[in-house]
Amino acid sequence: MNKKSFGSRIVAAPYIVWAAIFIIVPLVIVAYFAFTDANGAFALSNFAQIGKYKKAFGLSILYAVIATIITLFIAYPMAYFMTKLKISNQRMIMMLIMLPMWMNFLIRTYSWITILANTGLINKFLTWIGIGQVQLINTPGAVILGMVYDFIPYMILPIYTAMSKIDNSLLEAASDLGSNSWSRIRRVIMPLSLPGVISGITMVFVPSVSTFYISQKLGGNKDMLIGDAIEYLFNTGSQYYNVASTLSLILMVLILVCTLIMNRFSDDEEAVVL
Amino acid sequence: MKTLSRIYIALILLFLYAPVAVMIVFSFNSGGSVWVFEGFSLDWYKGLATNSSMLTALQHTLIVAVLSAIISTVMGTAASVGILALRKKFTRRAVMSATNIPMMNADIVTGVSLMLLFVFVGSLFGLKESLGFFTVLAAHITFNLPYVILSVLPRLRATDMSLNEAALDLGCTPVKAFFKVILPSISTSIFTGAIMAFTLSLDDFVISYFTCGHYQTLPIVIYNMTKKTVSPDVYALSTIIFLAVFVLLILYNTLQSKADLRRGIRA
Repeated sequence: MNKKSFGSRIVAAPYIVWAAIFIIVPLVIVAYFAFTDANGAFALSNFAQIGKYKKAFGLSILYAVIATIITLFIAYPMAYFMTKLKISNQRMIMMLIMLPMWMNFLIRTYSWITILANTGLINKFLTWIGIGQVQLINTPGAVILGMVYDFIPYMILPIYTAMSKIDNSLLEAASDLGSNSWSRIRRVIMPLSLPGVISGITMVFVPSVSTFYISQKLGGNKDMLIGDAIEYLFNTGSQYYNVASTLSLILMVLILVCTLIMNRFSDDEEAVVL
Repeated sequence: MKTLSRIYIALILLFLYAPVAVMIVFSFNSGGSVWVFEGFSLDWYKGLATNSSMLTALQHTLIVAVLSAIISTVMGTAASVGILALRKKFTRRAVMSATNIPMMNADIVTGVSLMLLFVFVGSLFGLKESLGFFTVLAAHITFNLPYVILSVLPRLRATDMSLNEAALDLGCTPVKAFFKVILPSISTSIFTGAIMAFTLSLDDFVISYFTCGHYQTLPIVIYNMTKKTVSPDVYALSTIIFLAVFVLLILYNTLQSKADLRRGIRA
């Protein structure tokens, strides 16, 4: 045992074995399936079939990017305004934001059908005031709304945490040096809250791009997203495991690339080293 | 500006709670629809008590959540101690990178990769049905571990080394020093990790979906219910869960503020 530790490294052994079996090996198996055909022979034929799913990939990325941008623009002022409240109120709002997250996300998504459906609450209201029915459910907008709704706490929380860590004396110094409130936001708060924004973006983008429930329920299965494709193929039968693994592998690489790009923007030492 | 910011916060909360309100209102619907409110009744709540598939699922969920939280907390705390003791920077980095994978990766990829592992191992042993209780438990332990480690490790790193040395100098064995000195000082972060593991496990749908086989947890049963046309019983169930969490959070917050007051931090 060396001086800088509290115990022997041997106690990490069970975890390291566990991680090897349940984290590393499964990914190797995905890669193995992705590069073989149904008989287990090496093949690149799965990649040739990917063309069929080009649209699914494109839509997933497009929807996820839009949802992430909207989430960021809604969440950023929210986090900022929260830091201006009394501490006890801040804590209460935090609790209120987290509370719906403790509810199953299937239910949270499903309740939107009651609101958005053609006979739903919004359309009832619109009909009542004389505008008439508007198609809300089963549209791309509904899918993006679902993503924004389900994942917005993941954007608010890290930004809020980053902002509340900002030393107040920095803001005072900025005022003393002649900054008005807008330039204080732009020159002090924005740069210092960047790590929170970065982790918020990753935490919203990753689940959005890989979701398979939101699009089925709110998008009416019209546009297949990549998560839907993977889920569908894995449930259809083992003959599709190879193609589905290829899609999973590509999705994983996509997420990895996004994470690496986002980490470049952040000089946070605690940032994930993948 | 102040009123404006208040209105903004209120609007966001309205957005967050609109579906929750809808769910609660329609759980009391006397009719069977989630569109038309026909009148007040408690029928859907009464129905839940006799819904055996849902009660079994609830039991499954709790068993998996408790077991996976305990196992991942013990293993993760031991891992944190061991990781700090790793001498080579490269090994430490490699272990931490592996730890980050389940957190960064999409749930669906984690889910299918574990499913492939279980099906693959199952076929090696000639099992017909390789998914079930043990696979869903292993999957939950796997995705809980990083959260425990990332909760305990930073706290452990910040713990004063001299405490440990003092205990050793005063005649403790290293094991005793750990349990008497180090463990109490990191107990809060271990507890946080355990709670996080428990709630993640309760709430997980995607990974369970691919790894549970016939051992259905509550989110899986809810998923199957929402596949068909939904009757308000799903809403009734969710309302109960929501209220339970609400009460727990209020309790936790009150305890927390009391603890803060005792420490003299006036919120």
